[in-house]
Amino acid sequence: MTNAEGSEFAPDGALTPAVELRQLRFGYRPGTPVLQVDSLVVPAGESVFLHGPSGSGKTTLLGIIAGVLKADRGEALVLGNDLTRLGGSDRDHLRGERLGYIFQMFNLIPYLSAFDNITLPCRMNSRRMKRLDGSLDVETRALARTLEIESLLGARPGELSVGQQQRVAAARALLGRPDLVVADEPTSALDADRREAFLGLLFESCREAGATLLFVSHDRSLESRFDRALSLPDVNRAPVAA
Amino acid sequence: MLTLDLARRSLRNRLLPSILTVLSIAFSVALLVGIENIRNGLRASFTGTISGTDLIVGPQAGSIQLLLYSVFGMGSPTGNISAEAYEHFQNHPAVAWTIPYALGDSHRGYRVIGTTEDFYEHFRYRGGTPLALAQGDRARDAMDVVLGSEVAERLEYAPGDQIVVTHGMGAAGIMDHDDTPFEVVGILERTGTPVDRALYMTLEGIDAMHEGWEGGVPPAPPSFAPGGEGAAEDDYYAAPPTPPVETDEHERDHGHEHQHGETQTPAGAQDPSLHAHDHDHGGTQITSFFLGTTSRFEMLSLQREINEYRDEPLMAIAPGIALAEMWRSVGYAEDGLKIVSFFVVIVGLLGMLVSLYTALDARRREMAIFRALGAGPRRIIGLLVVESGFLALMGAVIGVALVYGSIFFFQGTVEARFGLLIPIRPLGSLEWLYLGSVVAAGFVLGLIPAAKAYRNTLTDGLSPRS
Repeated sequence: MTNAEGSEFAPDGALTPAVELRQLRFGYRPGTPVLQVDSLVVPAGESVFLHGPSGSGKTTLLGIIAGVLKADRGEALVLGNDLTRLGGSDRDHLRGERLGYIFQMFNLIPYLSAFDNITLPCRMNSRRMKRLDGSLDVETRALARTLEIESLLGARPGELSVGQQQRVAAARALLGRPDLVVADEPTSALDADRREAFLGLLFESCREAGATLLFVSHDRSLESRFDRALSLPDVNRAPVAA
Repeated sequence: MLTLDLARRSLRNRLLPSILTVLSIAFSVALLVGIENIRNGLRASFTGTISGTDLIVGPQAGSIQLLLYSVFGMGSPTGNISAEAYEHFQNHPAVAWTIPYALGDSHRGYRVIGTTEDFYEHFRYRGGTPLALAQGDRARDAMDVVLGSEVAERLEYAPGDQIVVTHGMGAAGIMDHDDTPFEVVGILERTGTPVDRALYMTLEGIDAMHEGWEGGVPPAPPSFAPGGEGAAEDDYYAAPPTPPVETDEHERDHGHEHQHGETQTPAGAQDPSLHAHDHDHGGTQITSFFLGTTSRFEMLSLQREINEYRDEPLMAIAPGIALAEMWRSVGYAEDGLKIVSFFVVIVGLLGMLVSLYTALDARRREMAIFRALGAGPRRIIGLLVVESGFLALMGAVIGVALVYGSIFFFQGTVEARFGLLIPIRPLGSLEWLYLGSVVAAGFVLGLIPAAKAYRNTLTDGLSPRS
């Protein structure tokens, strides 16, 4: 696990969990809490399945872990940094440098090629660029080879199948060896065969990058492949309505 | 750099709406800059109507009136200048040259100006351009006439044609008239000034016509073949005059006998006492004259001297100052144009705002992706502001290019059709101000959708409700 030189964020020690939420409270409007999480831990280096049906506050939770939303109360430790104490700009930087994020669908910027999409986080964040071992081009191609999309790098997202798009998105999330990869139902748009293939590639790439994987899905059939499984409805005590 | 690159690709991805936005801004900028150019062209052509002339001298009256009838061929002369007074100033040590103007006759609605060869020699327009003959030669003999380009073109005359110059006097309802055939000896090059709309003959030619009706009695025998049409016309030498444009109507209504002047008779030979309406032919009377000084320093003292000339009430005006004064008083129309074009620019910019704003909803997903990849507010807002600023910049550049392209391609047509030369000139400071404001407004207006986009990404979190 290479920690970029000059990073202002807490180093990623083996004992520090990748994500640790304590007494977390969040609501979009005062008086109507959406999230009340007393404790949630994602240990570093593991792959964690978070079961989250729609309406369980999944989107909100991921927003907080990614640092886009800010908790009202409690602690949200991500890679050793308490996001509730960081400013918006610092949270943006932390996310850009050390997080990978995969959406359910429509992961890619439509007017950028697969290559440009994959390299975008590194180009936007110089510290993430520094985390690369080799040149941007070489690393991107190596990763694309692993994800079996090397021949598609010049293509626009519109020319790719959903499965190919998700693999491009995975490559983008993984390039620059992030410490934490957050995947929000990345397989829900894929059929069963594609899903298996994608998961296999994702696990392999995360292992290779040494990244913690937080995988959120409503589909419990995938649960068995992960090191650990958590259920958001069990953790979240807020009365959430869809 | 990355933001610029992303903005460029994003715009290219939405090529058609981007082009439409750019075009709407370009057209409004083109209108703004175009009007400014036409305005400049108008002013240049207006103030360039006469140049190089230091003073215009006429009988004492309003300075605008003197300018109108002597330079623009509008309205009527207010009186005459005696030959003595003209000679006095012609030979004045401070005077380098003079161009006499004898107005009052017309040909089919166009003014006939009696002058000397000094006119071809010394008259300058538009930054010192001298007159040039497109065909033929200057008028030297009494029966010679030189045409302004518009006269030749409209009336389809060529050198060698015989034309009839009409004049008459409309005193007490008695219409005496005299038709004298003149020969076209030359045609002036187009100047785009009122010079094009007049006929030029010698002072002797003017006198020749007038001799025919000395004392209101037609002389006999005629020394010239009768002209095609008789005409009754007001005598501008006597006040109050009426414009010559009415001539054509009179031509058909009156079937008077034709009298023909003895043109070879020297003007001074006539007995002044016989002249009707104070028409003094003791020397050639003129209605005004232009003069150039030997030194510009003499101009003011010469002007004062003319204004205080004791033998005759005269007035001298400096054409440059008078033209600028006149332009200011007719300049209100251009302010109206400016206001209209200003609003067109605002509409163009609002169009850009609308198109950016409507595209925003479709881009919520894109913004969420940028956010997830670590883009902060500065990146999101920067991206949209750069896009709108770029659209405005392109609009401004294309708008200016449109104007200069149009001037380049249609300059000749406009000059031929309207006599208005719109010069290709560098952008003026006012235009730079316009363009700067348009581009700045593009950036500033981009902030509105950008701020909204950033707010979206906050409420959306990472999953926009798309």
